This record gives sequence, C-alpha cells and structure tokens, in this order.
Amino acid sequence: MSEFSSGTLTAKNIHLSFGSNHVLRGIDLHVPQGTTASVIGPSGSGKSTLLRVMNRLIEPEQGDILLDGRSVLNDNPDELRRRIGMVFQQFNLFPHKTVLDNVSLALRKIRKMPKDQANAEALAQLDLVGLKHKADARPANLSGGQMQRVAIARALAMKPEVMFFDEATSALDPELVKGILALMTDLAKGGMTMVVVTHEMGFSRNVSDTVTFMDGGVVVESGHPDQIFGAPKTERLQNFLSDVL
Amino acid sequence: MDAFEQFLKTFFDWKAMGEVVPHLLTVGLPNTLILAVSSGILGCIFGLLLAVMGISRNRVARWIARVYTDVLRGLPAILVILVIGIGMGPVFRIMTGSTNPYPLGILALTLMATAYIGEIFRSGIQSVEKGQLEASRALGFSYSSAMVLVVIPQGIRRVLPALVNQLIHLIKDSSLIYMLGLLTSQREIFRIGNDAAANSGNLSPLVAAGVLYLLMTVPLTHVVNYMDKRMREGKTQKVEPDEAAAIIGKGAKA
Repeated sequence: MSEFSSGTLTAKNIHLSFGSNHVLRGIDLHVPQGTTASVIGPSGSGKSTLLRVMNRLIEPEQGDILLDGRSVLNDNPDELRRRIGMVFQQFNLFPHKTVLDNVSLALRKIRKMPKDQANAEALAQLDLVGLKHKADARPANLSGGQMQRVAIARALAMKPEVMFFDEATSALDPELVKGILALMTDLAKGGMTMVVVTHEMGFSRNVSDTVTFMDGGVVVESGHPDQIFGAPKTERLQNFLSDVL
Repeated sequence: MDAFEQFLKTFFDWKAMGEVVPHLLTVGLPNTLILAVSSGILGCIFGLLLAVMGISRNRVARWIARVYTDVLRGLPAILVILVIGIGMGPVFRIMTGSTNPYPLGILALTLMATAYIGEIFRSGIQSVEKGQLEASRALGFSYSSAMVLVVIPQGIRRVLPALVNQLIHLIKDSSLIYMLGLLTSQREIFRIGNDAAANSGNLSPLVAAGVLYLLMTVPLTHVVNYMDKRMREGKTQKVEPDEAAAIIGKGAKA
C-alpha cells in the first residue's frame, strides 16, 4: 500500500505558553515524507500540545511550521487542517450521526462532493478498516476499537498528506490495542507521513523511523529507535524508559 | 351532607360545565395553543440566537445576551405581559394601525420564552464535549461550520426534554394574556372558564378549564420523563473484533 500523497512536515523552534505555564520551549521536529515519527515522554511533557500546534488547533507563539518546505503559518488554518488528519485518544466521533455520515460529512461539506460520491468514498474507507458492515450503526453501538477505526477512516477519507495520532490506543481495552496498532503500522508501511504520540513503546521502537523524547516542554533526545531504546544518552530518558518498560 | 352538596354544586355543576365545554374546545383551546406554540417556536428561534451570542467570542454579544437573559428571567410573567401588552399598545397602533392586543400577548410570551430557552440551549451546547469541536476543526471545518454541523445539533438534542418543559410553562403562562382585554373570539381557556364562572356564580367552568389544561400538560410531562429516561439509559452493545474484515492492519505486528 503506497497510495498516499504524503508530505514532509517540519516544526521549528516552537514556543507556547498557557499563562505562566511555558508548555513548549523551543521544539524542533522534522518528519520527512513517508516516515513515521513517534513522540514519547511523561504525561504533561507537551506531546499532545505539540500535535495541536502543528495543525494549528493552537497557534504557536513563536516558531514556524513547514509543510513540504513552505511555511503554513500565513495560510488559512482550515486549509492546513484539511491536509493533516488527526486521530484522538477519545475518538471524538460525532454521536448524532451514523458511522457512514461521520466519514462522509467532511467530504460532502468541505470537499463539496455529491452525496453519492461521498458515500461511496466513505464506504471504501470503512471497508479499509473492516467496518463497512457498520456503516448504518451509530457510534454509541460500537466498541472502543471500532470507534477508533471509524475515526481513522474519517481522517483518511480527506486524503491527508500527514496523519497525527494522539495517544490513539490509550483509551482502549488492552485486547483492542493490537488491532489499532496493526492498522497504524500498515499505514506507516504504506508510506503515510505520520506523527504518533504514544505510550506504546513496542510500536515506537518497531515501527517508527525516528523517536523523539520530550520532557518539560523540550526535546530531550531524538534519533533512531535503536539508539533511543538501545543506547539512551541522557539520564532523563534512561529514567523514563526504566519506568515504562 | 349539606356541605358536601355545596361542594359538589360549587365545583362540579355538570350543567354549568357542559355549557362551557363547547366554548373551551372551539375557542379557548385553539387560542391557548396558538399563544403557546407560536411563542414557543419564536422563542426557540430567538433563544438559539441568544444562546449563540451567549457563548460567542465577541464580548459585546455575550454581554447583550447576559443582560437580556437576566432581565427577562428575573421579572414576573404578569408584569412583562402587562408592560408589553398594554404599554406597547399605542406604539403598536401607530406602527400598524391595529388595536389588537393579541400579537402583543404573543410578543410578551416570546420575550420571556426567549430568555428561558436561550439558557436551555446555551447549557446544552456547552455540555457538548470539547473534543467534538476539536475533531471537527481538525477535519478542516471552520468554527461556524463546526458549530452548526456538529456541536449545536448535539446540544439541542440533549435539551429536548427541557424544551418540552418550557412548552408546558407557556401553555400555563398563556392564561395571563387574559388581562389584555381580548375580543370574545380571542379568549383562551382560562378566560373563557373565568368569564363563565363569573356569569354563573359557579366555579365549575374553571374546574373544566383546569381539566383541559391538565389534559395537555400531564401527557407532555410524561413525554418529558420518557425522553429523559431514554436519553439516560441509551442503548449500547459491545461487538468486537472486526480485524477479520479489515483490508489493512492484518499482516503487521506492532
């Protein structure tokens, strides 16, 4: 599967504060086209906030965000977000709409596709994640794993150039985690550019091309998974790994 | 037995009741429904506007919504109806040439309903999880599209029971319009019962009017309870897994 038209995403010297809380203190992250960058670190280290800054759900106070080498900070943020898919820890499906409508809504309203075409496209995406037969169900009637599959299909339907995963498996029952990780792995292998904020160290180590360890709003260490997990240089990363592994 | 007979005669004089019932049904009921339903619908429209203003990022809009709500919710219904219905009469007459107080009654009921319904909508919209707006924005929807397509519909759904409750209030409050001196054909249920009671010196017509109110409000109360119950209990079932049907996510092991 290498059907994605993916792009290169770069964050440069990102700063952000919430009041007196300096959440991001000069973050750099470079994700070359078709690669997967995982971001690990303790809770409150700013990982999820970084994702939201990179698709401008939150505007950075300082720094730059580049997609395919061009700054996107002066673009319409809605346009930028159409190019970046995002999957959330809590799924955030639209509970008042059917599974099919969840996936086709943006196609109809943003891509302005006619209803037939949008539904056909949405069904194809649902098929890809194994949930075509749930098209008419409501999100409330799905399990957590199924909801997250729909959320992934919803994001993919927009044909994004980059996919963000914000602790996509953290709210799932343990037995459902594997299926979602397998889906993400296949996306990565299919050539999608991905930024994955995760507590799944196995995924981070085996699937990602680069691992970035954040703590206290800074990148403490980043590099190839073998190096990050096999030969951590800093004490903070060593401590973190000994806590989670 | 004298006391009991007196009681029956005062409240359950079938003849007096029988005489007023046709009037209650053909004149009173339609008027009560017109007053309650039209101010309810208008109240929903303006209430939604008020709610959106109340959560808007524009400070002036928020302030206007806040003051309006505080004032109209803080006043007794009878005072608003008198002030608007009588006070606005001359203005209304100059503007339209009409001396009909009926539209002013609807206006007064609408002004109050707007304040209450606005608060209902606002609380509903604000109860929608933040993630819903975030997910819509992440897909590329603008703030207003995300609100209109995703957040507001969910907010409204959650407060449907409260809206039906508000309709019950309007049905009852529409009785206060009697003070505006309506034409015979414009009288609502209470006024007809009251007039008949005054004419016959017997309270039975008012009891009949009361029964007619209850025939509307009690079933509506049960509708509210039913909606509440259904929303609270919902329907969930767990089925998993669908890995077998998935095209991607099979070969890979994380």
